[in-house]
Amino acid sequence: MFLFNACNDDENTEQKATVTIKFTHNWDGTPVTSSDFNAFKFTNANGEIVSIERLRYLVSNITLGTEITKSYNLVNVGGNTNLEITSENIPTGTHELNFIFGLKDVDNIDGVYLDLNSVSFNVPAMLGGGYHYMQFDGKYKDTNSQDANFNYHTIKAVDRTDPTNLIFQDTSFEVHLGAIEITDNTTIEIKMNIAEWFKNPNTWNLNELNSVLMPNFEAQKMMSANGTAVFSLGEVN
Amino acid sequence: MNCTSKEEEIYTPIPYSLEIPTLFADKLIAPVIPANNPLTVEGVALGKKLFFDKKLSGDETQSCASCHNPQKAFTDNQQFSDGIDGFSGTRNTMPLFNLAWNFDERFAWDGKEFSLENQALEPVTNPLEMHANWTVIAVKLQQHAEYPTLFLQAFGTSKIDSALVTKAIAQFERTLISGTSKFDQYLRGEAALTPEEENGFNVFMDEAKGDCFHCHGSNNNPIWSDNKFHNNGLDATFTDLGFGAVTGDPSDNGKFKSPSIRNLAFTAPYMHDGRFTTLEEVINHYSEGLQPSSTIDPLMKKVDQGGVALSTQDKADLKAFLLSLSDFEFINNPAFQE
Repeated sequence: MFLFNACNDDENTEQKATVTIKFTHNWDGTPVTSSDFNAFKFTNANGEIVSIERLRYLVSNITLGTEITKSYNLVNVGGNTNLEITSENIPTGTHELNFIFGLKDVDNIDGVYLDLNSVSFNVPAMLGGGYHYMQFDGKYKDTNSQDANFNYHTIKAVDRTDPTNLIFQDTSFEVHLGAIEITDNTTIEIKMNIAEWFKNPNTWNLNELNSVLMPNFEAQKMMSANGTAVFSLGEVN
Repeated sequence: MNCTSKEEEIYTPIPYSLEIPTLFADKLIAPVIPANNPLTVEGVALGKKLFFDKKLSGDETQSCASCHNPQKAFTDNQQFSDGIDGFSGTRNTMPLFNLAWNFDERFAWDGKEFSLENQALEPVTNPLEMHANWTVIAVKLQQHAEYPTLFLQAFGTSKIDSALVTKAIAQFERTLISGTSKFDQYLRGEAALTPEEENGFNVFMDEAKGDCFHCHGSNNNPIWSDNKFHNNGLDATFTDLGFGAVTGDPSDNGKFKSPSIRNLAFTAPYMHDGRFTTLEEVINHYSEGLQPSSTIDPLMKKVDQGGVALSTQDKADLKAFLLSLSDFEFINNPAFQE
């Protein structure tokens, strides 16, 4: 469970600011919003033409310095919800902006987050329970140029080779976006390059890895590795 | 003192306490109760009376309950229901339960009605359904021996109109809570599943098999629906655009609301057009009957092969699990009967 850290020795004298963190999305620099969904308008690193139909992802422990701006946030790009979070009373000064993609194991507790249960973001108990990190669904043109579905779902990786001895690996990852100077009310853009999920270090072949990836231990590790280059700092103003 | 009658001044309706199942309270955010229509004992009772009152139809032969029979989880087991003029609708009657946990508040198969209050307006005037006129209904109810007093007690005014009628019906509908099936008892540690039901639940939750949970909830979402709109591969071409006709977005064509999988034992036939008469047909559809189209949901697996090809045993077990969500206490609840 999350614990809030709001320690501040200079609480009475420090200047405070309101900080808005804005999540934006692009495909190798081309902006992506919900209006770009449901159309074959993107090409991944493997050359497959892709249509995005659903993109929801969880970020947690979003911190500016020692201040936790929000314990977790489910960004729903298609639904246009939680694209911004606002925190008040952030001390002015220079702070590191960090967050976790997904949930660390210690926070990834099955069924405890009612808002996430209510939007069906859970992971089945047979895979360890807890929550998805990301649900990225869409279509791609297969080798016969036919529409085919993909479900790029990231969760805590589980090796079920031996059903009596499941092996788990925390595939959430930390994102460090560097130092940001907060002088007054500030808006910070966090950019997700969706194309990176298919690119680096693993060039993703959707013809081979398109669905039933949740129970795929190796695929989960590969997706986690690809995710580390997905986020970057955008405009700060 | 103001100019209202003494009776209007003194009656204060009693707040109605919704009996929320423990599982719902433990797993889900609070149900949707509009600030401008809080539940009251008088409002719920009035809504129930109206729900079963045939005065709400043009020729006083049908009530809401004519198509929404409590014993059938508030459906009528017809593919399409006949209205008062003998014409059939084009969509299967949706069941009514756990409606306050539809957090997006989009109701009907195509999501065209926002809020329960608005939903209740449409069937009353629909020529294929109750084919009445709200102005006429208001006059009838106003002239009734009991209704003016009941509205006064529920809403503080004896002047009846469609807005108050639908508010009352919505209040009653929000009390229709189904959370006492065998599977609920299992989740509360009060019952054991059969091996078939247990395997069926695993098929439901297994992404490599049924993968039903992404749209139809889970033990952590006991509504057993995401209340979203999906094209589940029924047709390659669409005669009914569904959600797409509401949004105007072609990418929504062929999408319909995911119904809850609770109480399927009572709600046949299935799908928005009632095309499947048995649960076997439903399961076979997902197993080998998927039809490709441009808007088919990406969660539909192996569309080019017709579906996930469940084994005969898994199909039977999946059905057994689904039936474990039958809530006999709900359909026999005296509070919901006429």
